[in-house]
Amino acid sequence: MSTKTDKIDRLGELTAAKQDEHGVSLWTEAFRRVRRNPTALVGIAILVIFVLVAIIGPWVAPYSPTDFIGKGEVRSGQGIIPGPSAEHWLGYDHQGRDELSRLLVGARQTLLVGIISTLIGLTIGALVGGIAGAAAGLGGRVGRAVDSVLMRIVDMLLALPSLLLAVSIAALLGASLTTVMIAVGVVSVPIFARLLRGAMVAQANSDYVLAATSLGVKRTKIAIGHILPNSLAPVIVQATLTLATAIIEAAALSFLGLGNPDSATPEWGLMLAEAQRFLDIRPGLAIYPALGIIITALGFTLLGEAMREALDPKLRK
Amino acid sequence: MTETLVEVDDLKVHFPIKRGVFLDRVVGHVKAVDGVDLRINKGETYGLVGESGCGKSTLGRALLQLTPPTGGRVNFDGTELTTLPAKQLRSMRRRMQMIFQDPMSSLDPRQNVESILTEGLQAHGLGGDRTERRKIIAKSLDAVGLPQWALSRYPHEFSGGQRQRIGIARAVVLNPDLIVADEPVSALDVSIQAQVINLLEDLQEELGLTYLVIAHDLAVVKHISDTVGVMYLGALVEEASSDDLYRQPLHPYTRALMSAVPVPDPEIEDRRERILLAGDLPSPANPPTGCRFHTRCPWAQPTRCRDERPGLRIIGTGTHRVACHWAEQIESGEIRSHAVKAELIADGAGARDAHGALETALETPGGPVV
Repeated sequence: MSTKTDKIDRLGELTAAKQDEHGVSLWTEAFRRVRRNPTALVGIAILVIFVLVAIIGPWVAPYSPTDFIGKGEVRSGQGIIPGPSAEHWLGYDHQGRDELSRLLVGARQTLLVGIISTLIGLTIGALVGGIAGAAAGLGGRVGRAVDSVLMRIVDMLLALPSLLLAVSIAALLGASLTTVMIAVGVVSVPIFARLLRGAMVAQANSDYVLAATSLGVKRTKIAIGHILPNSLAPVIVQATLTLATAIIEAAALSFLGLGNPDSATPEWGLMLAEAQRFLDIRPGLAIYPALGIIITALGFTLLGEAMREALDPKLRK
Repeated sequence: MTETLVEVDDLKVHFPIKRGVFLDRVVGHVKAVDGVDLRINKGETYGLVGESGCGKSTLGRALLQLTPPTGGRVNFDGTELTTLPAKQLRSMRRRMQMIFQDPMSSLDPRQNVESILTEGLQAHGLGGDRTERRKIIAKSLDAVGLPQWALSRYPHEFSGGQRQRIGIARAVVLNPDLIVADEPVSALDVSIQAQVINLLEDLQEELGLTYLVIAHDLAVVKHISDTVGVMYLGALVEEASSDDLYRQPLHPYTRALMSAVPVPDPEIEDRRERILLAGDLPSPANPPTGCRFHTRCPWAQPTRCRDERPGLRIIGTGTHRVACHWAEQIESGEIRSHAVKAELIADGAGARDAHGALETALETPGGPVV
């Protein structure tokens, strides 16, 4: 018909080879990048083992974690705690319970503490940060006021030392595992809130938001459909990294005696706390749960760092 | 018979400069746009030129109400936009679209092309069901010369020129009357620039579009525009039909701009007069009194230029408007340029001494090959 149609045809021919492929979204590409990153694979491998242990631990544990089977042999008062043997690979704990079984069963509690406290922090933090970010980015005068109020509250939370905040929450609610989870979760709220809000404010000033406005798209739809999805990457990375710190912090709180006072349900942090009294006799009792915590945290950190690399738009080619 | 589509009266956009930790204190205003009048006729292209920071992009955004104006009026096809309630303004947006400078940052990286093009239709409840929408989208893809398989692709999978075509398709799919193109080609390389400019012209012919093209490249503006406005420090200093302005620039600033465009003939290029402006663009937070240009103008006359701000006035017959007190006298040679505050150099050798030459006009000497 015209020269323009010819031009289009030529363009079509030139690129015909690619025709069958589908578009690759940023998430798909990030996933591919994670899969190709050896660091990420190590992290994932560690986490898979950890999660597996957490799930099947109670069934593979050779003994019950709460039975005082070695009661007769253990005299912790006199400094006698039998070490590893053929029947008990990691020996007894200070009350004569099988240490390996307690470790295997305790993984589940530790994982739960990490996940639940991170979820608490993520949910509240993302909600507060998301509202503040959307309000600041699009809401005009009222929006900026809403943002200011929310962020000053978050700043106040951030000003308190995290351990102190956790200790006071635990003191308020009484010592239990739930308290530990809430305390660790609340401590991470300001981090998530600030992160999401900052990312959203930055995205709200971008050209494609202006473009959507000029198309006539509604403001709420722009906030949910454009600004939020483009701001999530740093939050997801932070959540992965927070899982690691949450496990360590929960262990620290248990160590300080703010966790579950009842040692019937094994938990790595609590095991570590109890073992400190017998550090001179059987240091292994402290080293095993500590190693478990460190390796798990390392797994989450490796995965988090790999995800940060994969999702960072600046590193995108 | 020309009909006016956009009428801008005394448009002002002042950005407050805030200081303070707890309570923001307004310590001044950046007068990005400070009293602009212009008319854009239906089916025509209005080109807006000026150096970086002169407020031309802000003017474009204020015209579309993307940046709320501080004062003045914008009349779009009989509707006053500055006082229009948000809801009506939103539905009005279908008729006025924008093309951005950077095609990458103006496309959401997480949206594929189909979703980018559908979004506007959905926002205005156009196009009925999905299959019908796809037809409309397919047509606009065709119109900008992109293949159909582009629909499932994401912005990062395209080249710069293709991305700009997506941006154009997004604007065109709503069948608008006015398109504001903010530096539509300055992020593209020269060979692609010509393609995109030609595409814009083809689309104008096919769809009867009206353009406001903002650019700093004089050659691009000359080629595409019917009317050209020259901006300096937030205000129009000269406005004329494209031919008039390039043949006979009347405002001293326009003369300086034009003299920076190289001429292909080396002999003329050697001999022609070049006006190099001394000094930098004054701060729009504290613009000079009187004529905004008097601090750098080689023709500035004592007192009047400093004291009285010249308005746009028609010179000669027709539509040539200039904001200069002395335009006629400068043109007739009655007033000679002086070198007190600025330098006028006849040969290239002096160019080394003059600093702060017009960055704008020198950026792309070649312009598009059309």
